[in-house]
Amino acid sequence: MEEILNVKDLVVEFSAGPGKKVHAVSNISFALAKGETLGLVGESGCGKSTTGRAIMQLIKPTSGRVEFEGADLTTLRSKKLRQARQGIQMIFQDPISSLNPRRKLKDIVGEPLAIWSNISREERYEKVREMFELVGLDFEASQDRRPHEFSGGQCQRISIARSLMLNPRLLICDEPVSALDVSVQAQILNLLRELKSRYELTILFIAHDLAVVKNISDRVAVMYLGKMCEISESETLYATPAHPYTRALLDAVPEPDPFVERKSDAHHLEGELPSVIDPPSGCRFRTRCPYSQDICALEEPPLRDISPGHQVACHFPMN
Amino acid sequence: MTDVRNGPLLDVKSLRTYFQTSRGTVRAVDDVSFTLESGSTIGIVGESGSGKTVLSRSVMRMLPKAGVIHDGAVLFEGNDITQYSNEQLRGIWGAKIGLVSQDPMTSLNPVVKIGRQITESIRHHLSIDKAQAKEMAISILKSVSMPEPERRFSAYPHELSGGLRQRVTIAIALACGPKLLIADEPTTALDVTVQAQILDLLSKLQRERNMGMILITHDLGVVADRCDEIAVMYAGKIVEKAPTKVLFSNMKMRYTQALIESIPRLSAPSHVPLRSIEGRPPDLVGTPAGCRFAPRCHFADERCRTQEPPLMRAESENHLFACWNPVGGMVPPPKEVISRLGITPIREDSILRSN
Repeated sequence: MEEILNVKDLVVEFSAGPGKKVHAVSNISFALAKGETLGLVGESGCGKSTTGRAIMQLIKPTSGRVEFEGADLTTLRSKKLRQARQGIQMIFQDPISSLNPRRKLKDIVGEPLAIWSNISREERYEKVREMFELVGLDFEASQDRRPHEFSGGQCQRISIARSLMLNPRLLICDEPVSALDVSVQAQILNLLRELKSRYELTILFIAHDLAVVKNISDRVAVMYLGKMCEISESETLYATPAHPYTRALLDAVPEPDPFVERKSDAHHLEGELPSVIDPPSGCRFRTRCPYSQDICALEEPPLRDISPGHQVACHFPMN
Repeated sequence: MTDVRNGPLLDVKSLRTYFQTSRGTVRAVDDVSFTLESGSTIGIVGESGSGKTVLSRSVMRMLPKAGVIHDGAVLFEGNDITQYSNEQLRGIWGAKIGLVSQDPMTSLNPVVKIGRQITESIRHHLSIDKAQAKEMAISILKSVSMPEPERRFSAYPHELSGGLRQRVTIAIALACGPKLLIADEPTTALDVTVQAQILDLLSKLQRERNMGMILITHDLGVVADRCDEIAVMYAGKIVEKAPTKVLFSNMKMRYTQALIESIPRLSAPSHVPLRSIEGRPPDLVGTPAGCRFAPRCHFADERCRTQEPPLMRAESENHLFACWNPVGGMVPPPKEVISRLGITPIREDSILRSN
């Protein structure tokens, strides 16, 4: 399959005072095939959003490569970078604060075209109208209104409309539904699925909700404290998680059914996320892992294949 | 405060809270009744804007003075606290009714050490000295499984993670040993792993202390295995109420069904389109006649749009629902309107609808 994005040895570090560094993303690699949806999951602070932003070059990676359609974005500067980046668009978590409150909807959604194309204002609004219809908004009624007059779900539709104006190939969605009600969340997930097939989009879907991620993803990658733990086809990952952290995450998801037996507490995560300034040696998960042994502190487990397409970074993978 | 109880811990009767705004009267809570026994948990579930948070504030009487219209009664340990003065209310807030709110960062004071935030209510209600209060606070921090409680006593909120901060707000709510704990979306701002820890902690403390608990959430997954009873709210009203297992196995109200079907499940395969509820909850100003869910309901007919369904009893005793076309058909005949709830006569105000 054709690769559209290849992230290689990506490292993002922030300075945290003299001699201290925040290890936000530590040496992660993954690739996205054209047309697939990769779910990126993990707890707050695991580096999943930083990864998304570093791909966009909104945060400059400390080292590593981000190849998008063959070009390494980390080596591009100013104009060239902005040009290449038209192919990647982003949707953010908070739909209301990611829209400019002082602008009308038609101008928010038309802005990408105003910047990048030479078409007339009338043509631009015509395209905006088409896009409004596509994401399920009434153009006549809403074009001259401002974001605060709309609900969270509608604002997220507007963000989606804006992100598609330049016909991107890759969409990075950073927790696009976590601020929404469950009924609205279903609407947005269904819309993303529809648009994905219509525009043959590739999606990097960053979220903490494993059930949401399962619904939309072909493959899923699990991050913990800046490291990649496990990456696999989504069905495989959910049926036979190999990393103890993936297992713990899955067990913590509440099932909306009182007749499903409560999962045993054996895999419940105890304790707190360690500091990213001074992460544990060896495997970063070892301080909270029920199966941790001496080697886990001494040697960092590499991400390796345990079956075709299923990679895990653990000395003692399950199953 | 005399305890004149021979009823439940909390008995909410036909509670109404309306806000007067420039746009008109917002019926945020409209004729809500339920009871809660010590040691049991009721889950209140609904979308944003369904009135669940206003309901919890109304039960506590923690509402702004201006522009609010109340009606109905809240019997707490047999006393109607809607009749209480501010001073009487201060005597039960924190002491007998504890509140855990959604966002632990905004509900804690950022410039006060957490120890003092816990001892504040202990010293206010229990009149004990500083050293004893500190000892008590540390033991409460221990009981909410705070690691290193002695050190954390002098920490500021920003030094703690979201999960630990929520443990602090739980400690504050429990400091004086309340009889009733209201948890308003206690885990919405937290990670799924931390959510499981906090919910386990709340259930454990509730059992140990035999408290009544109101657990408010938009997530049916959260209430499914932690509540004895669930009330589903829509547009200011309870539209279905039943013991948890009855609700999940035999839901009647179309809204409850739609809500449950829109949840993505771990057990479902990938790429299955989700059932969503189109449209939005109605404007609570001048709500239309008929069932409030009718405009979004696939099963709505003429009657649904003109006549409001009352709360009716399903086959089992404790199961109430408000729907003209319930899941599985209408059993028993729709004439049987519930009187057991003690729906009180409504004041004949111009604002309050008479039915």
